[in-house]
Amino acid sequence: MSSLKLGVPSKGRLQAKTMDWFASHGITLARTGSDREYSGVVTGVDGVELVMLSAGEIPRELKAGRIHLGVTGTDLIHEKLPLWERVVVNLQELGFGHADLIIAVPKGWIDVDCIEDLDAVAAQFRANHGYRLRIATKYHNLVRSFLRTRGVADYQLVDSQGATEGVVKNLTAEAIADITSSGATLEANHLKILTDGLILQSQACVFASRSADWSKASLGALDAMAEKTGWDLSGLKT
Amino acid sequence: MSPVAVKTLAGILSNTFIGAGAIPVEAEALQPAEVLLDLYGEDIRGRAYVTDDPVDGEQMLRPDFTVPVVQMHMKDGAEPARYTYNGPVWRKQEPGAGRAKEYLQVGFELFDRHDPAASDAEVFALFHEILKPYDLRMATGDVGLLTAAIEGLTTTDRRKERLKRQIWRPARFRQLLDWYSGKVDNLPSRASLLKQVNAKSAKAVMAAAGPFLGVRSQAEVLARVASLHDDAATAPIPAAEVEVLEELLAVHGPALDALHALRAVQDRLQGFTLAVDRLEARLNAMAAKGVDIDTLPFEANFGLTSMEYYDGFVFGFFDGENPVSSGGRYDAMTQVLGQGRSIPAVGGVIRPDALAIVGDAS
Repeated sequence: MSSLKLGVPSKGRLQAKTMDWFASHGITLARTGSDREYSGVVTGVDGVELVMLSAGEIPRELKAGRIHLGVTGTDLIHEKLPLWERVVVNLQELGFGHADLIIAVPKGWIDVDCIEDLDAVAAQFRANHGYRLRIATKYHNLVRSFLRTRGVADYQLVDSQGATEGVVKNLTAEAIADITSSGATLEANHLKILTDGLILQSQACVFASRSADWSKASLGALDAMAEKTGWDLSGLKT
Repeated sequence: MSPVAVKTLAGILSNTFIGAGAIPVEAEALQPAEVLLDLYGEDIRGRAYVTDDPVDGEQMLRPDFTVPVVQMHMKDGAEPARYTYNGPVWRKQEPGAGRAKEYLQVGFELFDRHDPAASDAEVFALFHEILKPYDLRMATGDVGLLTAAIEGLTTTDRRKERLKRQIWRPARFRQLLDWYSGKVDNLPSRASLLKQVNAKSAKAVMAAAGPFLGVRSQAEVLARVASLHDDAATAPIPAAEVEVLEELLAVHGPALDALHALRAVQDRLQGFTLAVDRLEARLNAMAAKGVDIDTLPFEANFGLTSMEYYDGFVFGFFDGENPVSSGGRYDAMTQVLGQGRSIPAVGGVIRPDALAIVGDAS
């Protein structure tokens, strides 16, 4: 009988790398049946059940306590769980899935290089166009709190759940705040990163839910995993 | 403290303000967002709940009463006028801070163009008297001093405007001041841009950056490059003048001492003496109302991060770090809302929920 639920990304490179990481620590995660079936088996430790989820759903499942452990990016945890430290414990940085949440503007804005410039331009834009400069993003909480602490106010966020780099060309926003790893997509869309516009450096991590049912059996399974991975569980147990 | 008890206290405060000659007024909870966005600083702006109406457009749950009360007065108010209101306001709070998103404000606003010092003193003395039984920390300041000091600097209007825009953001203000006084070099990126622009032309630099995208036009970019160019050629603000600003920002102590400190440096800035005269007139008017100005705390930079639309006298009463009451003068706002007309205005609010907690403790 399984007593600890481990949520991992249901597809892609993130899933493959997660499996590699666990395998290198003596824990094998494997899909059962076809590639399209979202279930799997765990060998190497007893009592662990594998749950395949989209990386974006993992923060919510951790918060609800429906999974004990989950692998997802810090960007998603910070964005979706405003008081994340009260909800989850970061057990392990996995060293992959690196991505920076940044603010980017058109390269043609030769007068803009940093937040100070963006602030000045935002005030002027509002005066010239009659509406606030639009920043397209799906990371509303992170962007808002970043800009608030830097005293930038004359902007509005517009929601963009995908292909965010294209919004400037499509005239639906003036700037973007998005995840980038190599910068190639930004380059292709004639955008540049503000020099002090780094909001968050994200990578894939193993998070433990504080609200999951930590029964004796599930803690036993966690201890067994920690023995192989070297996780420090003190943050979770206090 | 139960909500009923807070509401009862709010009623008592409201009656006190009515007793001081104020007419009770009401305001709608939903206000047009555009007007409020224009007038409020980013602290309130970032924290306001904004929603949408299919006909009237962006609406905001009122973050305070000042704008609707000023609008009402401008429309059909007699002069002078005293108003009071009592109702909920809404502001988003930091996650986990445990602060209320919805709370009552009971306020008093005075519109009188006759004698600003006397009006400041009347409002402050009223709040001071009401809050006397509670053991609160007092703070006063004067945003007008800083504005007057900036006006008195030997520099371009553009730089003065930039500095005034950043008054509310002390860190940014400091950064600008360091650049403008030559204490710190301008951004390296800006220096390199201007070098390129001087070598070629702004148009050429822009063309080299690749295809031009977006709503913000090339003309807008070129206009800003030109203004950066002009600004780089501006002479630094003289050190003796910056010292006055530094001294002003450092003023923190009994009001009378502050007055003497400012008197000692006032002549170094054009026109600054007038602002110091206003401070003295206000202190005298307060003393006449029974306020002890020997011990009254005064901080030149008080309110600079939270009291966005105030442009003169500011005051606050605190329980530890929690604000219980705040207020000040907001002449400029009435000018914007009055579309050509204006009326000097000063007022303040008390949070009955915060006051009830202090009342319980003492």
